[in-house]
Amino acid sequence: MTSVAVQRLIMAAVTLLGVAIIVFVLLRVAPGDPIAMMISPGATPADIAALRAHYGLDTSLPTQFFVWLRDILRGDFGTSISLHRNVLGIMAERLPATLELAFASLAFAALLGGAVAVFATLVSDWTAAPLIDGVNGLFLAVPDFIWAFALVLLFGVFLPVLPLSGRIDPSLDERFVTPFYLLESLATLRFAAAADVLRHMVMPMLALGLPLAAIITRVLKESLREAMVQDYVLLARLKGLSRLRLVLQEALRNAVAPTLALTGVQFTFLIGGTVIVERIFAYPGIGNMAVDAVINRDLPLIQGLTLVFGALFIVVNMAVDLLVVATNPRLRDG
Amino acid sequence: MSEVVPRWISETLRACIRDPKVVAGGGFILFLLVLAIGAPDLSPKDPLEQDLILGVTPPHGFAGAEPGYLLGTDDLGRDVLSRLIWGSRVALTVAFAAATLAAALGAALGLLAGWYRGWVDAIISRLVEIWMAFPPVLLSILLVAVFGAGVGSVIAAIAIIDWTRFCRVIRAETMGQAKSDYVTAARAIGFSPMEVLIREILPNVMPVLIALISLEMGIAVIVEAILSFVGLSVSSDVPTWGGMIAQGRQILHQGWWVLAAPLIALFLTVLAFNLLGEGLRRSLDPVMRR
Repeated sequence: MTSVAVQRLIMAAVTLLGVAIIVFVLLRVAPGDPIAMMISPGATPADIAALRAHYGLDTSLPTQFFVWLRDILRGDFGTSISLHRNVLGIMAERLPATLELAFASLAFAALLGGAVAVFATLVSDWTAAPLIDGVNGLFLAVPDFIWAFALVLLFGVFLPVLPLSGRIDPSLDERFVTPFYLLESLATLRFAAAADVLRHMVMPMLALGLPLAAIITRVLKESLREAMVQDYVLLARLKGLSRLRLVLQEALRNAVAPTLALTGVQFTFLIGGTVIVERIFAYPGIGNMAVDAVINRDLPLIQGLTLVFGALFIVVNMAVDLLVVATNPRLRDG
Repeated sequence: MSEVVPRWISETLRACIRDPKVVAGGGFILFLLVLAIGAPDLSPKDPLEQDLILGVTPPHGFAGAEPGYLLGTDDLGRDVLSRLIWGSRVALTVAFAAATLAAALGAALGLLAGWYRGWVDAIISRLVEIWMAFPPVLLSILLVAVFGAGVGSVIAAIAIIDWTRFCRVIRAETMGQAKSDYVTAARAIGFSPMEVLIREILPNVMPVLIALISLEMGIAVIVEAILSFVGLSVSSDVPTWGGMIAQGRQILHQGWWVLAAPLIALFLTVLAFNLLGEGLRRSLDPVMRR
C-alpha cells in the first residue's frame, strides 16, 4: 500500500514537471515581448535592459527554467508583470474563490444527479420513465459554456433576479479576514453576506454543475438498476422493506462506487471549466485571472496558475483513488 | 448489382439510415453545411453591412421589428440572421479540420501505444497524463496566444489539446483487438506488425473512431466559440457565433436576441454532432447492431 502511494507521488511529481516544462517552453517561443508592454514611452534601452534583468529574462532558456524551478521549490513564484505583486500572494487570494465555486458545483451536481437517479429507479416501471433518460441525454450534450449564457438570458434578462457578475455586492461593504467568503460568512453567522455570496454563485454553479449532474445520473442510475436485481435486494424486499428504503438503504450503498470513481475524473473537468465560466460571470477566481494573464502576457502569473491547476487536478485524482479504496472493502484489504 | 457495392457497406448504410439519431443529427449538420457553403446566396443581407438607424431592432414578431430582418439586428444595425449563416462557416471549418487532425494524431499514437506496449506505451501514456493535467480551455487560450489569432491557430490548438481523447480510447481498443483470433491468424500467415496494424486493427477500431470524431466536432465548435468570445479566434470583421455571443453579452439589456440567436445555433449544432456520434457508434458496429 505504501509503495503504491510513493509510486503515485513520484508519478504526480513527473506529471507536474512535465506541465512546468511545456508551459515554460510554450511561453518562451511565443511571439511578443512581455517587457514591451510594460515600458513607459520615454524608456531608454538601459531602462528596458534593467527591467529585463529584473524579471530574469536576459539569461539563456535552460538557465531561466532552472532558476524558476529552484525558486518555486523554495515557494517563490516570482512577481506578476501586469499586477506588480507576488504571484503566490495573488494566487492565494484568488484560489479560494475558485475552490468555493468548484466544491459548491460538485455538491450541487452530486445532490441533483443522485436525487434524479434515485427517483428514476423508483419510477422505473412508469410509462413516462424513458422521458427521464431523454431529458438527461439532452443535459449530457450541453456544455457549461452554453449553460452559462442560457442562464444569463434566463436570470439576467427574462427573469432578472440574480446578479450577473462578481462574487459579492460591493455596496454591502462586507469585510472578510480570509478569502473564503462563503465559509467565513457562514462561520461568523453573517447570513446576509452569505446569502449574497450564494446569489452570486448560483449561475456559475449551475453552469458547472448541471452537466456533471447529468453524468452522475446516468452512471448511478445504471448501477442502481444492476443492484436492484441482486439477491440481497430481493431478500430485503421479501422482508417487506418499502421501495424507497430498498433503493436508499440496500442498493445505493453498493451502487455508489463506480459513480464515485467517475465523479472524480469529471470533477477535474469541472475545475477546468471554471476558466471560461468565471470569465463569463466576471467571478474573481484563478480561472478568470488566468485568461487575463494570457492576454497580458504575464509570464510568471501564467506559469504559476498553470501549476496550481495541474496540482489541483493531481490532488483530486489521488483523493478519489483513496476514497474508492476506502469505500471498497475488497480493495482495502487486498 | 448486389456485388458492385460490398455487402457490409450497403448493410452499414442501411443501418445508418434506419437510426433516428443519425438521421436527425446528420440531417441538421447537412443543413448547416448547405447554409455555410451557400452563405453568399442564402444570407438575406451582407453580414458586415452596418446601418446605425436600424440598430438593435428586435426579431420578427416582437414590437418594433423591421421587415426583412427576421432575427433582428445588433447594435451596429447588422442583420443577425445573415451573421448567423456566415458564422456557420468558421464553426464548421474548425469542426471538420480540428476533429480530423486530433483524430489522426490521437489514433496514430493510440494504435502505437496499444500495439507495441512497453516503453512506447509508457511514454505516450505519460504524455497523455501530463496533457490531462492542463485545464483544456486555458491551454487552448495559451496556444492561440502563442500561435497568433486566426482560424489556423484555433484548429491547431484544438488538435494539440484533444488528441488525448482519441489516444486513450484507441489505445484500449487496440489492446483488446490485439488479443483477438484474426490478429493471431494474420501474424501466422506472415503479415508484418505494421501490416496487421493498418490492415487488420485500424478497420476494426474505425466505428469507435468515427463516433469519437463526431463528438469531437461538437467540442471543437464550442472551443472555437469560447476563443471567439475571449477575442482570440479570428479578426473581428469575420462573423463567428462566439464573437456574436461576446457582442450580445455587452448589449444584453438592449437586445437579448443578439446573444440568444448564436447561442441557440451553437446548442443545436452541438446536439446534432452528439446525436450523430451516438447513432453512428451503434449503427457502424456490426456487433452492437444485432
